[in-house]
Amino acid sequence: MASTYKSIRDIDWPLLLITLAISGVGVLQIYSATHETKWRDAWWKQIVWVAVGLIFFWIASQIDYHTLLGHAYALYGISVLGLIAIFFIGTRVFGSRRWIPLPGGVQFQVSEFVKTVLILLVAKYLVDLKKDDLDWRELLKIAGLIMLPMLLVMKQPDLGTSLTYLPILISGVFLAGLRWKYIAIIGLALALVLPIGYHFLHDYQRARLTSFVDPAQDPRGSGYQVIQSMIAIGHGGMWGRGVTRGTQTQLQFLPVPHTDFIFSAFGEEHGFVGVVVVLGLYFLLLMQIVQNAQTAPDRAGMYICMGVCALLLFHVLVNVGMVVGRMPVTGIPLPLMSAGGSNTISVFLMLGLVNNVRLRRFVN
Amino acid sequence: MVRLFRNTQHDPEKLGLEPKPFLRDDVQRSAGKIAVIQYGTVAIFLFLISGFWRLQIESPDVYAEQADRNRIKSLPILAPRGKILDREGRVIVDNHSSFSVILSRENLKEEHLQPIADGLNLDYEDLVDRLKRFRKRPTYEPIIIKEELTPGELAFVASHSDPATFPEMELIRAQKRLYPRDGFGAHFIGYVGEVSENELNTAEFIDYEQGDVVGKQGIERQYNKLLMGVDGQRQVVVDNRGKERALLSDKDAVPGKNITLTIDLDVQTVAELAMDGRRGSVVALDPRNGEVIAMVSRPAYDPNRFAGRILAKDWKEIITNPEKPMLNRAIQAQLAPGSTFKPLMALAGLETGVLTPDFHVMCPGGASFYGRYFRCHLAGGHGRVDLRKAIAQSCDVFFYTLGNRMGIDSIAKYAEMAGLGSKTGIDLPHESEGTVPSSRWKMRNYREKWYAGETISVSIGQGALTVSPLQLAHAIGGIATGGIWTKPHLVIDETAREGARRADIKLDNVMQVIDGMDAVVNGGGTGARARIPGLEVCGKTGTAQLASNDVLKGTSAGRKMKDNAWFVGFAPNDSPQIVVVALFEGGEHGNLAAPIVRDVIKAYFDKQVRADPTNLLASLPAFKPGVIPPRPAGPRPPKPTVVQISDDIIE
Repeated sequence: MASTYKSIRDIDWPLLLITLAISGVGVLQIYSATHETKWRDAWWKQIVWVAVGLIFFWIASQIDYHTLLGHAYALYGISVLGLIAIFFIGTRVFGSRRWIPLPGGVQFQVSEFVKTVLILLVAKYLVDLKKDDLDWRELLKIAGLIMLPMLLVMKQPDLGTSLTYLPILISGVFLAGLRWKYIAIIGLALALVLPIGYHFLHDYQRARLTSFVDPAQDPRGSGYQVIQSMIAIGHGGMWGRGVTRGTQTQLQFLPVPHTDFIFSAFGEEHGFVGVVVVLGLYFLLLMQIVQNAQTAPDRAGMYICMGVCALLLFHVLVNVGMVVGRMPVTGIPLPLMSAGGSNTISVFLMLGLVNNVRLRRFVN
Repeated sequence: MVRLFRNTQHDPEKLGLEPKPFLRDDVQRSAGKIAVIQYGTVAIFLFLISGFWRLQIESPDVYAEQADRNRIKSLPILAPRGKILDREGRVIVDNHSSFSVILSRENLKEEHLQPIADGLNLDYEDLVDRLKRFRKRPTYEPIIIKEELTPGELAFVASHSDPATFPEMELIRAQKRLYPRDGFGAHFIGYVGEVSENELNTAEFIDYEQGDVVGKQGIERQYNKLLMGVDGQRQVVVDNRGKERALLSDKDAVPGKNITLTIDLDVQTVAELAMDGRRGSVVALDPRNGEVIAMVSRPAYDPNRFAGRILAKDWKEIITNPEKPMLNRAIQAQLAPGSTFKPLMALAGLETGVLTPDFHVMCPGGASFYGRYFRCHLAGGHGRVDLRKAIAQSCDVFFYTLGNRMGIDSIAKYAEMAGLGSKTGIDLPHESEGTVPSSRWKMRNYREKWYAGETISVSIGQGALTVSPLQLAHAIGGIATGGIWTKPHLVIDETAREGARRADIKLDNVMQVIDGMDAVVNGGGTGARARIPGLEVCGKTGTAQLASNDVLKGTSAGRKMKDNAWFVGFAPNDSPQIVVVALFEGGEHGNLAAPIVRDVIKAYFDKQVRADPTNLLASLPAFKPGVIPPRPAGPRPPKPTVVQISDDIIE
């Protein structure tokens, strides 16, 4: 492959700057939430992950996305194999196998990287159709391709991450074109299947759903996290309690204040004003991605950008919705803010893809 | 300069992409849908921000308060109640440290109650009831569920109050009341207990809250405000494991004030022992200032049983006991005084002028009044009886005649002057008034006029006349001091003398009555058993019938009711320092109550002798080094008064 070097000035600087701004807020909040706990190293580890993420961002920008699309099925095959491998060599943490141990003590969460692969896969599949809308066979085929890794991840069990694959599929199918009749039938089918699916959920997952409806029902159990999170956010008020001053966060009433509930810790310490600012940054980030989709040189680029957009939007909606008590507890991280290597790198990887599309937006 | 994008190295066919060149127009086809996603994104962000708005802007106080409740733990520091001391500062009622368990109700799990109840040996139903009673109190206030933990219960709490097991439980130190054993002084001391829901609705307890420990009876109740301290509070910041992170405030408890009683423990002890195994009461007053030196009521109860949380079963047992151990007979008994009323009759006779110096009565063993025959207690009769002999021998016929001449309203006037028929005003709750019958009293209560025949019974302290031992001591004490009635009181009060009530009675008349009472003890009268060599003890016996008329006496129930024995005595005769009333219920004859009074008076004066160092030194031999001192010659120093409980009552 020929050199694909692009000028550093072509990089989507707004995208990168917003990304780094959010990451910076995340690192500060991780520091504030953990400086007196056993996770007190998490903030500088997160800096390392962001740095590693930037490398991946660069790599993902450099290889022309068309090349990547060309290997989409191969990547997909590797991903599925990786997910299967987890059941044999995965590390078990809190009763679920999600990680493959890498040399150097680093844990590699396969399901996070599958997201990128699925974005490519959906783009590749839909572009290949060369049609204005999908018929049943095509719809079921692409859905099946997504469902396989979803089921594998669900089995780990990791319901939250597996659900994040859905918006990739939905946004892709929506953009590719779906007849209203299909949408109606799918809606009906879901309405029938969901109650049945509820029975196949684990007890803790069910408890999360019921406690979402009424957290006060079980204030010590699964409702506890949500109640504490809402108290923390409410405690923040308009201006927040100040860095390292949020009692809910500092006294650890807030569960995992540096990962899943980081935004709740942020809300306590920085108040409504801080929340609006950071949510504004996320909004700008998403709009920048959408803008890249709109200016993409082809539909493949557009699918990639919108896939990333849908995935990140889903993450923000579910995570922030959860900490504010408007979504059930699913345990998915807030992109760029929650401490964690795999997720951070995965997000940078996806944003690298978006940048990749942007770099190649001028056709002919 | 922007480098233009070159895409020539990709063969669209090879990549399997659309064969057409990549054109903007192609992408534009989805522009509408992308716009939908954009609007959706805006909607989602507004949805999320509205969530924050609701929590952070609309009701931040609610959550701020909850956050504080999370982190701030308040532990009560219970204030110890003031001690109750005797007149010499000796401790009668003390506190002892113990552990209590408090239950936090904020995060209480229903299913934890049963194991907690089991571990603390509590009744599950009681515990649930208790929680129910506190439901009106804010939940962040913990409640005490068990006091005075045994070592076993202590171990249970220590090992189960961790966050993982029963985090609701918490140990606190408490000061518990420690009362004398065996009901010693139980009635005037009273006891403490948790304020009840009914009490909370009364004016007396308006300032208290559910769960407060207040005085329920006796001194504990009367002086509750003084005795009760102010509880302190310790506020700490805790983390989610309940570990203390910082101290917010530490308000020490303010202990209650100590109270010094007028009770003399030595005299009280003698009185308690004298009444041991008997039913009745002893009251010893200093008539000069109204100080209560001893007050006994038997049977008694053990206030320590109330100090903790009394079980419903035990409570029922105590209040249904036919002996009425809870009754403070000293102030609540309402019994006919019998012949102990005669000194008052005598004084009334002298004051009204009916009893002239040459007034005398022939006693043939009874006399008829208004068609009915009234017996004298001495069947053979007393012969010619003057005032002195009438009091000394307790001649009924003399007083029948006197009373008949005076009429009921004169008797009532002097009885009331002496404080009968109304509360003495002692600083104890629930004092009884007793009854002084009069024509007005009868009209008011029975809507009937007084029959002169009824006066005859009242003349010897029977009939409708009822008094409490305290009232009698107060009345006789006032006569003994020449017509000055000081309000009886249990707590040292230097100003008590100023509130004394003076009656305009002639000292000469008083001397005549005292002379008669002297004869009761020292002049061959009915109260010879009250004699103390070297001390002029005056007194009066009384044998009061419970069933005051002969009709009831004839029934089997009436026969079972044994007469109450009374004795009232004071000493010394010319300047009385102590007046003692003994009521020995079912004691049959007043002379059986006399030794009780004697012992109490003796204890009182023995103490004065011992307290005088010159007396002590005189009884000790001179000290010579190396020589074992011989036993002192002459009379031995008085034995400890406790041992000197007379046995002659049990004949």
